[in-house]
Amino acid sequence: MNKIAKLFITLISALTLTLSSVTSSFAKVEGDMIVLGSAISLTGKYSSNGVHTQNGYNMAVDRINKMGGVKVGGKSYKFEIIYYDDESNPKRAAQLAERLIKQDGVHYMLGPYSSGLTKAIAPVTEKYKIPMVEANGASRSLFTKGYKYLFAVLSPANQYLEVAIDLAVEKNGGKPVKIAQAFEQDAFSQDVRLGILDAAKRTGSKIIIDDKLPKELNDMAATLAKVKATKPDVLVVSGHTKGALTAIRQIAEMKVDVPMLAMTHCDAAKLSKQHGKKSEYALCASQWHKNLSYKDKFFGGGKKYDKDFKKEFGYAPPYQSAESSAALLVFKDAFERANSFDRDKVRDALKATDMQTFYGNIKFGPGGQNVAKPMILFQVRCKGDTCENKVVAPTKWASDKFFHPIPPWSERS
Amino acid sequence: MDFLIFQVPMLMVQASLDGILLGILFALIAYGMALQWGVMNIINIAQGDLVILGGYIAYTMYLAGIHPAWGVIVSPIIMYFVGWALYKLVINKVVDRDLFISILATFGIAIVFQQLMNFIFGADVVVAQSEYGTTMLFDNSVTLPNSKIFSAFISLVYAIALVVYMKKSRLGRAIRATAQNARAAKILGVDTEKVYAATFGINAALCGIAGALISITLTLHPYVGLPYTVRSFMIVIVAGLGNLPAVAISGMGLGLFEEFADYILGTEFRIGAVFMLLVFILVYRRFKLSKKREYLK
Repeated sequence: MNKIAKLFITLISALTLTLSSVTSSFAKVEGDMIVLGSAISLTGKYSSNGVHTQNGYNMAVDRINKMGGVKVGGKSYKFEIIYYDDESNPKRAAQLAERLIKQDGVHYMLGPYSSGLTKAIAPVTEKYKIPMVEANGASRSLFTKGYKYLFAVLSPANQYLEVAIDLAVEKNGGKPVKIAQAFEQDAFSQDVRLGILDAAKRTGSKIIIDDKLPKELNDMAATLAKVKATKPDVLVVSGHTKGALTAIRQIAEMKVDVPMLAMTHCDAAKLSKQHGKKSEYALCASQWHKNLSYKDKFFGGGKKYDKDFKKEFGYAPPYQSAESSAALLVFKDAFERANSFDRDKVRDALKATDMQTFYGNIKFGPGGQNVAKPMILFQVRCKGDTCENKVVAPTKWASDKFFHPIPPWSERS
Repeated sequence: MDFLIFQVPMLMVQASLDGILLGILFALIAYGMALQWGVMNIINIAQGDLVILGGYIAYTMYLAGIHPAWGVIVSPIIMYFVGWALYKLVINKVVDRDLFISILATFGIAIVFQQLMNFIFGADVVVAQSEYGTTMLFDNSVTLPNSKIFSAFISLVYAIALVVYMKKSRLGRAIRATAQNARAAKILGVDTEKVYAATFGINAALCGIAGALISITLTLHPYVGLPYTVRSFMIVIVAGLGNLPAVAISGMGLGLFEEFADYILGTEFRIGAVFMLLVFILVYRRFKLSKKREYLK
């Protein structure tokens, strides 16, 4: 009796499982729902940026659904996203991607947060031929592996400061410049460094100082003394927040006069909070800024996005949220152009994407990276004691004029 | 290009001064380590984390609107009690044990401190502003931040005060007696338990001063303590225990070594060079000892 009961239970559960997997294999489109999947870091070390990413996705889903959804074959569909928490762990992210694809039957994926996790998921989506639009993996190595189903709305890491070199050359009357650079020895900063090397080659510029900062370093006095002695036209620093803060502190204290200072990880809020007016004139690389004049019909422009986002989530949107919202606009556009839910047709439509969103122009290069959107540079400018990010490059989107050269310390108060 | 320093002689002056000023600060941290190593035979892996905690105390004052330089007075007082409490909680249980156990114990303390600081102060890098300005030498070709000069000066003042205190005061003499022979000191009526607690407290206080100075000269982050531990370990090994002038000289030497390694080997080897030097010195010392045939095992 007991045995029979057990057998019965097993049979029933097996049947339910089969049934559920049968229904879920159609999960790509259920009724009028297009189901997307995403592993996202809701806990662990990336949790704050993971939440920014999720908020960006959710905001776009709501907006698109409210404004008529996605029209395919004359019928209107709505987006829905299945999220799993990857705990900021690449292994877990890869498992969850398998699960989303195999068990939940998801046919279209949204990216996780960070280059590392995107790297972990990309081989899985590639294996199952699942198109993935990602918004938070900038590492160059993602785009050199020949992935066919990976599309990134953001600019790759090597482009972060290329614009700065172009700007320096432009300010030098088109002549090559002397570059001094100091980069931390981590994957991201080294990607940024490769971009500078390319830009230097392209413009014929010379790199006269090329320091690699160890991770533990919090003293750049030697690098800066070299800068003082060699007088480069531009100084480039990338070493996360620590690098940016150390550089600003010691440049001010050692009175290093350099006409142009370009950095990553240096938005004005953090810099001026710690250093006040000393951070003025620093150029910072960023993926997006609300003052950019890009437009689309869903979010209007950057400023409107900023306002709506604040209203919904109670804080100003960081660029991680903006680029995540843009990923859904790309999916919507691709579905409508493909006019089908066939994965390969959608993939080909994604490949042919050429559009403008509030976040920037989007067009994918051969490796899946966005080649249409330049990185933007903002310059920290202060009025009294309040400092702000002012977009200064590229010129087309600039809200303010680029201040060059940085006045020498003897003339700064 | 690699040897820019030889082409521009002013860089030599800059590097030497930077190195010496930084070295004096390292020496202060190292002196604390030498003191409690000599007295209690404990190698404190958490030394650097005590330094960073001291820095955060000064930073907290700075946030409250007090000039961070006052941290060099407030921070050691607070840190003395932190050190004293640490001794009562953990160190007194390992003080007579094997060196390995004390290393493990202090390593554990280091991890706890890092996580606590991360929890309380956040993972962002912070700095405190002294607004001390800059001293320019040789027609502005050598620049020294006054904050660095200030920190070297304060380190010297405290170091001298400590030497005098150790020589003259009752507690200082008790500490020195315990360092020489704890059992004999005990027999002669020295309360070694108190001496140990005070020594650990003084060490933590020295770390607190150094930390406050670092908050105005360099940057603070919950996880940058270890390089300070390694540097002070290195200085103590070179200088020996309980020899303050040697500690000061070896500290400055290390500062110089780091600066010149940066120019000649490249910035990427700056910290690596310290580790390499450490290995080299340990091997050399062993070699010398084995030659003397005094080294058994």
